Amino acid sequence: MSTDETSPADFKNIRGSEYSHIKGWGIDANPENDPTYPMKNRTNGEHEGYTWDRPSQQEVEVEVLRSVERPNITAAFGTSVPPSGLSGKLRRYAFKSSESDYRHWLPLMLADRVNVFEGIIDDFKHGHVPNFFVERGWTAEWKYNRKEFVTKAVAGVFIASAVVAAVVLLKKNRSRVPG
Amino acid sequence: MLAMNFRGPFRVRLDRDKPLPEIKHPEDAIVRVLRSCICGSDLHLYHGLVPDTRVGMTFGHEFIGEVVEIGSEVKNLKTGDKVMVPFNIACGKCVFCRQELYGNCHESNPQATAVGGIFGYSHTAGGYDGGQAEYVRVPYADVGPTIIPEWMDPDDAVLLTDVVPTGYQAAEMGGIQPGDTVVVFGAGPIGIMAAKCSWLFGAGRVIVIDHLDYRLEFVRNYAQCEAYNFKEMNDPVVFIKTTTDSLGADVCIDAVGAEAAGSAAQTLTGRKMLLQGGSTTALHWAINSVKKGGIVSIVGVYGPIDSLVPIGNVVNKGITIRGNQASVKRLLPRLIEHVKSGVLNPKEIITHRIPLEEVAEGYHIFSAKRDNCIKPVLIPPTAWAS
Repeated sequence: MSTDETSPADFKNIRGSEYSHIKGWGIDANPENDPTYPMKNRTNGEHEGYTWDRPSQQEVEVEVLRSVERPNITAAFGTSVPPSGLSGKLRRYAFKSSESDYRHWLPLMLADRVNVFEGIIDDFKHGHVPNFFVERGWTAEWKYNRKEFVTKAVAGVFIASAVVAAVVLLKKNRSRVPG
Repeated sequence: MLAMNFRGPFRVRLDRDKPLPEIKHPEDAIVRVLRSCICGSDLHLYHGLVPDTRVGMTFGHEFIGEVVEIGSEVKNLKTGDKVMVPFNIACGKCVFCRQELYGNCHESNPQATAVGGIFGYSHTAGGYDGGQAEYVRVPYADVGPTIIPEWMDPDDAVLLTDVVPTGYQAAEMGGIQPGDTVVVFGAGPIGIMAAKCSWLFGAGRVIVIDHLDYRLEFVRNYAQCEAYNFKEMNDPVVFIKTTTDSLGADVCIDAVGAEAAGSAAQTLTGRKMLLQGGSTTALHWAINSVKKGGIVSIVGVYGPIDSLVPIGNVVNKGITIRGNQASVKRLLPRLIEHVKSGVLNPKEIITHRIPLEEVAEGYHIFSAKRDNCIKPVLIPPTAWAS
């Protein structure tokens, strides 16, 4: 299963091979002018196009989203978390646009946030209550930054209590106002 | 098996029942993890800055291990081999791999063309589970994985899978010439290694800029360089100009990336509101601190969307910008020599060795910079005896 809508034939570079009609073609070419050295062992193999002897193709057993900028699924790919649920729908929508388009990246970021809530729901469905204290690593905060941690916790409790008290008082006052 | 499980920004946990990885491709190997680092770039995932980071994924792209199973087409490895696994997944056959651009493989990541496959680094980097687990699937096992020499300490070996090659390539991309002044922005593990490696290319002066005093103290000692806290300066760019005859540094290295501190506007738009591919403060300073005709080398990781940088100054100053994910496989032979000869001592940057079971604590310690953390390494229970 994949999202392929194109084929390698849709991705072709039609290069010229005869330049005699262009006056001065190549007369200032300098092979040493290569800012990619030594990171790239330049062979200009790209000029041959997508023609290399590809590795064996991994079997596509789960849904794999594919960039619209390439003609196929890569020979190997990860299968860690296939798209699913609402976040999966957002991801599928994102992959209709290219990597240079905000319509690709912003839906993916939104999907990531939606996925967090899906994860919590999924945990409960499987009888697992997420332990936010442990998952956020706050046990380390207790070990290494106890004073600030306790101060923040106390401040948090104080602010929450103040908000609750304010809401209760507001409700009481409203209920005294004759309708 | 035990494995780290991402649950959302700032939330990870240890799963005890993640299914064991399987051979999915004839060139795969299954590796029993012996060491796995938490990398500074893992924090971008942990903080929710990298798009398509799915709940349930296992992170970890900097690891070593023992081969326990191989696919039918694997020829160079056998079960029992102990290997360093480069963080980039590379096929070895595509036009980019064949030109030694192993960080830019075209056959390992269907989800994006701008980046090759990376272990445990979101679906934007291929959707592979990573090595913060007891076992991991390693594709193209004949290409990237390199057998750990008998004499090598596993703590050195694990750092050769990312932090050392990335720091080394940061210096290499700077095109450093003997006598050059090199400024490294960031005193995290990559910045520390970039500063150390800058000397190997003949730098005449190495300056590191950061805002965490304990890291500045560390890099000063480890990389024998100058180190300054930008919070003690009015303007780090003016500071660098003042100390370089007003001309600027010959080479600037951005070893910070998306989560740079130092500018409220960048922090707000890049880190909090996610309107940019991260906070570009370090890159901004690098461009403005380098000399005319100088070179800026970028190894800091940024998100894929647009980022605000002073591109007009790049043109007006004639700056050359070079960046890439480190080509680990290309660099490993040279770096192994450097470790053997004692020129590089990677394991000295490890400050925390943490059981895999305490992965959530490990992430928090590294993220919140607690306990003077420089580099944490996770060790699975099955690896302690190895």
